[in-house]
Amino acid sequence: MTGSAIAAHGLRKAYGDKVVLDGVDLAVEEGTVFSLLGPNGAGKTTVVKILSTLVGADAGDLRVGGHDLAADPQAVRAAIGVTGQFSAVDGLITGEENMLLMADLHHLPRREGRRVAAELLERFDLADAAKKPASTYSGGMKRRLDIAMTLVGDPRIIFLDEPTTGLDPRSRHTMWGIIRELVDGGVTVFLTTQYLEEADQLAHRIAVLHDGRIAAEGTAEELKRIVPGGHVRLRFTDPAGYRSAAAVLTGAAPDDAALTLSLPSGGSQRELRAVLDLLDSAGVEADELTVHTPDLDDVFFALTEGAGTEGAGVPAPSSAPSKETVR
Amino acid sequence: MSAPQSLSLALRDSSTMVRRNLLHARRYPSLTLNLLLTPVMLLLLFVYVFGDVMSAGLGGGGRSAYVAYLVPGLLLMTVGSTAIGTAVSVSMDMTEGIVARFRTMAVHRGSVLVGHVVGSVLKAVLSVVVVGLVAVAIGFRSTDATALEWLAAFGLLVLFATALTWIAVGMGLGAPNAEAASNNATPLILLPLLSSAFVPVDGMPEWFRPVAEYQPFTPAIETLRGLLLGSEIGNDGWLAVAWCVALVVLGYVWSTASFARDPK
Repeated sequence: MTGSAIAAHGLRKAYGDKVVLDGVDLAVEEGTVFSLLGPNGAGKTTVVKILSTLVGADAGDLRVGGHDLAADPQAVRAAIGVTGQFSAVDGLITGEENMLLMADLHHLPRREGRRVAAELLERFDLADAAKKPASTYSGGMKRRLDIAMTLVGDPRIIFLDEPTTGLDPRSRHTMWGIIRELVDGGVTVFLTTQYLEEADQLAHRIAVLHDGRIAAEGTAEELKRIVPGGHVRLRFTDPAGYRSAAAVLTGAAPDDAALTLSLPSGGSQRELRAVLDLLDSAGVEADELTVHTPDLDDVFFALTEGAGTEGAGVPAPSSAPSKETVR
Repeated sequence: MSAPQSLSLALRDSSTMVRRNLLHARRYPSLTLNLLLTPVMLLLLFVYVFGDVMSAGLGGGGRSAYVAYLVPGLLLMTVGSTAIGTAVSVSMDMTEGIVARFRTMAVHRGSVLVGHVVGSVLKAVLSVVVVGLVAVAIGFRSTDATALEWLAAFGLLVLFATALTWIAVGMGLGAPNAEAASNNATPLILLPLLSSAFVPVDGMPEWFRPVAEYQPFTPAIETLRGLLLGSEIGNDGWLAVAWCVALVVLGYVWSTASFARDPK
């Protein structure tokens, strides 16, 4: 198990008779970003709470930073930093006092504590607001202070539970920059997010949590391969044209009600030309042609929607509000 | 980790948490000061408005005699009032993300609670001093109390504050929100009204006397009265200490068990 910063086998947790986690296995290599995806209520936060020692697991062999969670939670705590979904700052005191509080709790000598606090406040662009109560901070500032506080003890493993939820696009990109810097410094990051783009951008490996289990795990590329490739969608307004096109495009999945045809395609120029040639030869013209490339949204919908998409060949485009490019 | 090491960790983290607690009190003094209003108001009301009637009921001696009778009870009521503030601030603190952060750090587990308790006891002592000064300003004088008796009186107030604070911490931890915490803690300021603080237990109806007698405030008040004014203490001294110790133990066990439970 060398190289694993976080390892969980058979993690189970139930609240009353509601099973939240039903045997979750995961392993996070040192110095990488691991992203846990899942719909709201899938149990992402529960996983973070358990791995960060906040709540106990019902079962499972869990190791964080080489320490057994059940046997030595204090050693785990000494190795990790946690930034939860809701700001873990003390709103009644100033940003600087929050930082110094963390320095004291990490038992840094007074002078070093002051230095670390000042450095981090500077780095996270909070130096000007350092003397103001944290409760007066904006959402983005609170989140930055939250992360800055997490970094005081220089943790090697950091849990970030939806760190960008509710942030504006600029703050989100700032946060991504921060996460990249951390990983460059060799820190292991366990990230939960609702934003698939975020996982795609940052994570080395991604796991999708669904119904208390890991539905799929791999790199973004591997996950995208799970769902069938992209497709071209042709929409017609004229039923006659639609029927003639359906006759020549034999591989297409027809939707008689919407007058659309979906056919699997990588979206390359050559493949598109072949489709257009066929349409030309039949003498029909589509009213709209869209090329759809698979992204993590498709993976997410395919894995978490269950039966609806299974065996359809292509993820049902109507139910997936995913990225499409109109050409 | 060896025992002395873990003790020094506990002390260090606890003192950090006490500092945090006092910083809150310094930043937002209104919460502490508001809690002083009730005892000070009652003191003035009972001395200047009801004073003559009350002292007549006590067998004469005038208003100044009633001031002397009233003050020990009100000092302990001040402690009860501060404890309500403790229950509210503990409950509010537990809903803050910062406490969840403390739980995921390698901090001594009890330090969060110790910070609240020590901070609150210091606030209670300060409040008692303020109410005491008001009492002196309106004519309260301790008669024939020796230095040792003053020390014992101070010790009793600190012990009583510690006891009520641990109970208040338990109430704060057990409450789902700040309003509920305040409601839970209301008995801490109602009990003195049902004690010997305002009128002697002997002057109460027969059926009510047990309520006044078998509760922590009455023996503590009688003891404080004895120490400051030279009245008979009798068994009340031991009873007061026993009540305090029992409440500390109960509050400590209750609070630490609540805090050890997984947060929601």
